[in-house]
Amino acid sequence: MTELLDLLLTRYNYVAAVLLLGIGVYMIIESTNLVKKVVGLNVFQTGIFLFFITSAYREGGGPPVLTNPGPYVSPLPHVLILTAIVVGVSLVAVALALIVRIYSEYGTLDEDVLREVQTGE
Amino acid sequence: MSDLVPLLVAVPILAAVLTLGVGHLVRRAAWPLAALAAVVQVGLAASVAATVYASGEAISYELGGFEPPYGIELVVDGLSAAVVVLVAVVALGVLVYARRAGPRSPAFLTEYLLLVAGLSGMSVTGDMFNLYVFLEITGLAAYALVATGDSGRAAVGALKYLVIGTVGASLFLLGVGYAFLATGTLNMADLSVRLAEVGYDATLVRASFALVVVGLAVKTALYPLHTWQPEAYASAPDSVSAFIAALVSTVSAYALARCVFSIYTVDFLAQVPLARTGLLTLAGVSIVAGSVLAVLQTEIKRMLAYSSVSQFGLVVAGFTLADPASVTGATIHLLGHAVMKGGLFLAAGAIAVIAGARTVDEYDGLGARAPVLSGSFAVLALAMVGVPPAVGFVGKWYIALGAVQSEAWPIAVVILVSTLLTLAYFARLLERMFFRAAPATERVTAPGAAVADGGYTRPDSVSPGMVAVVVLAAALALVLGPATSQFEQLLRPTLETLLQL
Repeated sequence: MTELLDLLLTRYNYVAAVLLLGIGVYMIIESTNLVKKVVGLNVFQTGIFLFFITSAYREGGGPPVLTNPGPYVSPLPHVLILTAIVVGVSLVAVALALIVRIYSEYGTLDEDVLREVQTGE
Repeated sequence: MSDLVPLLVAVPILAAVLTLGVGHLVRRAAWPLAALAAVVQVGLAASVAATVYASGEAISYELGGFEPPYGIELVVDGLSAAVVVLVAVVALGVLVYARRAGPRSPAFLTEYLLLVAGLSGMSVTGDMFNLYVFLEITGLAAYALVATGDSGRAAVGALKYLVIGTVGASLFLLGVGYAFLATGTLNMADLSVRLAEVGYDATLVRASFALVVVGLAVKTALYPLHTWQPEAYASAPDSVSAFIAALVSTVSAYALARCVFSIYTVDFLAQVPLARTGLLTLAGVSIVAGSVLAVLQTEIKRMLAYSSVSQFGLVVAGFTLADPASVTGATIHLLGHAVMKGGLFLAAGAIAVIAGARTVDEYDGLGARAPVLSGSFAVLALAMVGVPPAVGFVGKWYIALGAVQSEAWPIAVVILVSTLLTLAYFARLLERMFFRAAPATERVTAPGAAVADGGYTRPDSVSPGMVAVVVLAAALALVLGPATSQFEQLLRPTLETLLQL
């Protein structure tokens, strides 16, 4: 038991990433409001970003700059995540544009109401 | 020759920007520009493929002059060359079709070219993170294209596609992260070596395999991860559903094969029986469930979408068996399915324009009203069922042969059952089309009734170009079957590398 607790306490950054992933998936599945779903998607992606960033960490590592003499943190995950963030932002933009379109067409953002309206047509 | 490889991605992107800019000023110039780009893309793809097949070796290109294990590498081998050619050819064909069938706005053509760029990029990349980026470019373009449909239904379908597709891509990214943690590299060739050094029984490696496979399975739309697909295909405009059905899942399935063979390698499948059994089960369930669900549909485009779920189960099963025969079969079926399914969607779209028929019941007596299109539809449908000498038969035959050779009896049985089910859902359509009289009252369609944001109006007539593309697809489905023996020879060096024979 103490081993598990120890593991969780020393790896708290990974625990946080997993928590974010879980919260994100829960929001995507559970909320019926389309905007909340998209926010859930964003939280889910943030969990992955955190996972990547935390993987770059190194004990006593400084910023990966040439003038820094000491050990560096790994620069690669940071660069990757910059790209992934850009992808995430464009995804949210497209999703919100679609939501605006859905709202102007059906006048609702609730998934259940939307389904009723659609099947009723 | 390797200098042409980055152009495969760069040309469509540049053309996309140009189309948007020029189309903004001169609307009429947008389509010719896009068509020109598509023609150039076919030429590029053909010359790259010719080089690869002539030498029998993969060509590699260092992006930005950084050496491969550190920089991003583009690699074209026999398998990716075939997929690149397929992407270029189908893109050109559907573009010709879309000139009349719409949507026609410059914005649509821009998205279209971006999708071509994403798909080509996925096919040629040799870097895991780069694959993720192209996966998302493909996804973003595909979501936007689905939303160009003429009703709010398309937007709902596109949003559902977006949410599920993003979760899939994110899981893939997480898998890449695990592999990166285990090895510290992202280059595919480098990864395959380092993963073997880490050991295939390491938890990190196994977890990364599971995440990568599930992520790509979402994009490929394997049952039960397919739920985005029917609605997205059914609500998109006809040219878009044809294009997406022909290519997006196809290239995702290719990416899955690429990851399994080039990164985790066949040794991983051999050493981790759970991975092999799991993938085969997923594929088997997908084959049967997709076919059964297709039989239950009344809407044509939904039926074709569920049929894709089943066919991609077949392709993934072929790849997972990792037998030379089954992998050849899976590759042939991957390419053949794109031609057949794309053709079927295009034919269904053209038939809808002529007769307003979108459900199974409305196909009564179509053979008399639209003989050429109905004939092509019938040829494509029978090719899909697997009637020789069509390409659908050759692919299925090789996959079944591979299943028997590696003694995967359940898969062999499932292929037979699904062929019968495929026959069931296509035969009822053919019976209605050719052996029943047309309904007494003509259905009145309202052409050009709905106008959406993409400037999309339903076409009121079928252009010769639309019919020509459909007929060409049907002809290709027939001709490619006998031609596969040559293709098999060309593919052999690649397969030997991939399967480590």
